[in-house]
Amino acid sequence: MLEINGLTRTYGSHKAIADVSLQVADGELVSIVGPSGCGKSTLLRCVAGLLTPTAGRVVLNGTVVTRVPDRLGVVFQDYSRSLYPWLSVADNVALPLVRGKRRPADRRKAAFTALESVGLAGFAGRYPWQLSGGMQQRVAIARALAYDPVLLLMDEPFGSVDAQTREDLEDLVLRVRVERSITILLVTHDIDESVYTGDRVVVLSKGPGTVLAEVPVNLPAPRDQISTKELREFAHLRTEVSRLVRGTRQSPLPEPPLTHL
Amino acid sequence: MTAGARRVCLGAAGVLLAFGLAQFVLWAGGVDQAVFPLPSTVVGSAVDMLGDGSFWTATIQTLTSWVEGLGIAVGLGVLLGLVLGTLPWAESAVRSLVEFLRPIPSVILLPLVLLITQESHESEVVLIAIAALWPVLINAIYGIAEVDPMATQTLRSFGFSPWAIAWRVSLPSAAPFIATGVRIAASVAFVVAVAVELIGTGMDGLGSYLIQEQSGTAGVAPLLAVAALSGLLGLLLNAVLVGADHRVFRWHHLRTAAADAP
Amino acid sequence: MRRLAAPAAQLGVLIVVIAAWQLATGSGTSPYFLPPSAIVSFMYHQWFDGPASHLWLTSDATGNLLPSLGRMLVGLVIASLIGVAVGVAIGRVRVLAELAEPLVHFGRAIPPPVMVPFFLFLFKIGTPMEAASIAFGVVWPVLLNTIDGARHVHPGQLETARAFRIGPVQRLVRVILPAAAPKIFAGLRLGVAMALILMVVSEFQGATDGIGYEVANAQTTLDMSTIWGAIVFLGLLGVVLNLIFAVAERRALAWQRGSARAE
Repeated sequence: MLEINGLTRTYGSHKAIADVSLQVADGELVSIVGPSGCGKSTLLRCVAGLLTPTAGRVVLNGTVVTRVPDRLGVVFQDYSRSLYPWLSVADNVALPLVRGKRRPADRRKAAFTALESVGLAGFAGRYPWQLSGGMQQRVAIARALAYDPVLLLMDEPFGSVDAQTREDLEDLVLRVRVERSITILLVTHDIDESVYTGDRVVVLSKGPGTVLAEVPVNLPAPRDQISTKELREFAHLRTEVSRLVRGTRQSPLPEPPLTHL
Repeated sequence: MTAGARRVCLGAAGVLLAFGLAQFVLWAGGVDQAVFPLPSTVVGSAVDMLGDGSFWTATIQTLTSWVEGLGIAVGLGVLLGLVLGTLPWAESAVRSLVEFLRPIPSVILLPLVLLITQESHESEVVLIAIAALWPVLINAIYGIAEVDPMATQTLRSFGFSPWAIAWRVSLPSAAPFIATGVRIAASVAFVVAVAVELIGTGMDGLGSYLIQEQSGTAGVAPLLAVAALSGLLGLLLNAVLVGADHRVFRWHHLRTAAADAP
Repeated sequence: MRRLAAPAAQLGVLIVVIAAWQLATGSGTSPYFLPPSAIVSFMYHQWFDGPASHLWLTSDATGNLLPSLGRMLVGLVIASLIGVAVGVAIGRVRVLAELAEPLVHFGRAIPPPVMVPFFLFLFKIGTPMEAASIAFGVVWPVLLNTIDGARHVHPGQLETARAFRIGPVQRLVRVILPAAAPKIFAGLRLGVAMALILMVVSEFQGATDGIGYEVANAQTTLDMSTIWGAIVFLGLLGVVLNLIFAVAERRALAWQRGSARAE
């Protein structure tokens, strides 16, 4: 349902991504992973229609993406700048629905349903800054879901929360994906996360980013944080992905500190 | 073209555009020149004014009052700010008094002050000082309160007297904030100076000069010329203060910039 | 008990000051300083001793206080609308900002009282001249603060709006204006202070009624009561306006304090 053909994006003299090609089938969850500076966010923004590619194109359900397409949900990493502090949680979730000319009562209902599905039904009247980081990101996810998208793009959505919360949110995404059968593109720098959540892991090379490899993930569903990660297959996959990601770093210099943490 | 050069070019273009547009619209639209003079006429009048000795005299008179009033305000404001900033209970108690006095536009005190002092220049300076006091005072209180208590306590443990501590630590620490207050006060002082000169009796300065032009026969262009020249004067004063602030408090600006950077 | 200490102390200080003032002037030693009792009595009889149907306002009050307040309101509203509208445009459109920058800085530097004679010439004596003078003084702080607020809307907030296909008009109303609101409010506050100054100045110069006009007259007749009454009235007006502002700000911008605290 999603086709990315030869996508290139240059900023002035700096090429962020070069000739990225990728195909995503309906209902798939594709993880995109790569070292810092590989252009993961740029790629996602091009797919979302927020950036115009310098070359190549993105085709969503047969239509070329020139502006932000309809029924596309986005979850950004920085939830404090993505959720609006002057709106309550419920109003934040309902905001994208304002376009659809639905009655306020319908919008509120849709928002509430979305909040229920992420387990925040009781927090509708609160404000985002009154919630913890993990809960705020859930609100952001609820907002994307209320929009009833066919494609959900997530840009390092769990990079700003602690490890435990991250695991809960990963499971939330997996559950939601099954419940609503949406297609998800999950950009992450966390290799474990990419393998745990994905049906397929796409590894991008160091900038200018291009598709280095696609690793199919043959782990059984439903995934579980403990049992799935115990499997030998998981370790094997994660090592392979890790090798691919690290292999693109410039050697023989000592490896630079992990700046993305 | 670099970003800086672009800003300058577009800025200049904007000024020329506004000037040219106004010139064209007023000229072609046949608007009454006696009411809306052409920008070129205003500029001409301003240039003439710059050659008029009495204009410069008036300007210096206004600036003198401005400096005097501002000086009093800064001296008083810093002193009071020092006291109130270090004694939080005093500040809190006085706060309501300040909040009531501050909103009073000092110009309304002119008749009273004139009656008491019977002296125009003195009255002007007093009113400027009153108006300019508040920004300085409030910023000084804030600045002093923000002083790192560790620094003051360290000196206290070495046996320094409260005055020495205030002089060596509190004031230098609070100085950048006070400087911001002074800049705001300077702007307010300029506005009040002109206002008092306009409405007061027996005044001198730019306000009084403006009144003379008002009753003159040269029409309305000089009125706008005085306004334009006052604006330029205001820009100049502000530039001087900002420049001084940046040089004297370079360390503060660098430090806050570093703190803001990710 | 602790919580009452601060307001109680503030009230105490006010009472002490007023009492001291009363004691010092009560015996009529100074011809210039009237005791608070005399001032309050004057204000009551002059302005607030009217019929209940007129909100207890005397004809002098409706003839002078109301026009002054009305002019201030008109000037404030016009200037705020212009300031916010133009400010958002300049703040969001980079080319406009660069074109307008020197002009805006120049305009702001003109001390507003200096424009009063021009407005007097243009509109002659009366309300339009005063409203224009007040508006000229209010527009600059509002404009500059709005530009600042509109310019610094966080890009993440705008990107989110675009990602959800929220149209330009909706973006303006639901994202840009709320995000800029704190700075706009700050500008409005400065504007109110300017409005008070210009109300007095413009009424001294070109009015046939209003509180400034009354004081200008009182000056020639050495009417200390009116002079003091006007001072106290304007002080109260300023306090009330600040209070209204503080309350409105607190309600409209409650989110801002919470959000800033959380960061």
